[in-house]
Amino acid sequence: MGQNHPEIPGTVIFDGEQAMKGYALNKMCFSFNDAANRAAFVADEDGYCAKYGLNAQQRAAIASRNVLALIAAGGNAYYLAKFAGIFGLDMQDIGAQQTGLTKAEFQARLLAANDQPV
Amino acid sequence: MARIIGAVTTSHVPAIGRAIARQLQQDPYWKPFFDGFNPVRQWLAEVKPDVVIVLYNDHGLNFFLDKMPTFAVGAAPSYSNADEGWGIPAVPTLPGDAALSWQLIESLVAEDFDLTTCQEMLVDHAFTLPMALLWPDQAWPVRTIPVCINTVQAPLPSAARCYRLGEAIGRAVAAWPGDEKVLVLGTGGLSHQLDGERAGFINKAFDLKFMDSLVDDPRWATQFSTHQLVEQTGTQGVELLMWLAARGALGERVRALHRNYHIPISNTASGLMLLEPVA
Repeated sequence: MGQNHPEIPGTVIFDGEQAMKGYALNKMCFSFNDAANRAAFVADEDGYCAKYGLNAQQRAAIASRNVLALIAAGGNAYYLAKFAGIFGLDMQDIGAQQTGLTKAEFQARLLAANDQPV
Repeated sequence: MARIIGAVTTSHVPAIGRAIARQLQQDPYWKPFFDGFNPVRQWLAEVKPDVVIVLYNDHGLNFFLDKMPTFAVGAAPSYSNADEGWGIPAVPTLPGDAALSWQLIESLVAEDFDLTTCQEMLVDHAFTLPMALLWPDQAWPVRTIPVCINTVQAPLPSAARCYRLGEAIGRAVAAWPGDEKVLVLGTGGLSHQLDGERAGFINKAFDLKFMDSLVDDPRWATQFSTHQLVEQTGTQGVELLMWLAARGALGERVRALHRNYHIPISNTASGLMLLEPVA
């Protein structure tokens, strides 16, 4: 915040502005460290989101299960990972979703990094 | 006098924990990563450190955005792991070393590092998985001291600042009258990005240059701002700050006893180095 850095394509820096915007969403995701809270979310998603005071954008992003939308709503990768955990998604599922690739394509892209010139 | 006998720097991604839980160490996908630790374990069996200072970043187990310390030092009699939301089995509780923790705290604050001190502290996968890689039976033969560096919320401490933190940790240990052999363990990186359209970003050339620099030109990476490090290494690649802090603790000259670099584990370029100070 207040820092003028050149933009990094495809990247949101989680700074003070994002931290303020995403506070409620990230607080809910932080609660998913606890298995009982994960179960409570699954049992009553609307009620659970309401308890944490998610705004309309955050509620829609949670409903969509779309990681880019969750980031746009202020979500932080480390807390969102706990949300993804509810659905048994790993980081390659998340990576594939954000890049519009299948998981196999995303895995192939990672492997291809071995061929980068050094 | 206590002394730092070496540093291990390694990646720490949660998928390592899943691989351990499923006993996939010799699976073709994981073997090149896990086998990289064999020489480190042999070295540990020879040198037998008493204490491990673990430089790592919490990922939302102990700290939330309500209170986000830049540098936090544990000063507890023991440290526990807990559920992080995805069901990796927790490791056994790790013994602490509160006396040496307070030596670090006294010494670092005297050198103008403003710390958060923690007499209760959960330690997450960035602490526990590297420990489990070094001691797979998880019957910890060492006491531990967590030093947590914020990489969750910008602004992050600069690379130069993290290097100086490491240097100050080195002086704090050297000033301790005990006869402990201390290992520094720096965890995180190397290049990876979990979030955004750039997810899956890896920068092999930068990683290899960075690993070389820790031996030959240890302050090389301190020329970069944390924003530049994110650009070069990814939003999570910036965890190399932990490697820089660990390197700083070793003094001016080191020798690399072992290194391994493997792409990928999960979405990450994994790196491993074993460095020993040279008097």
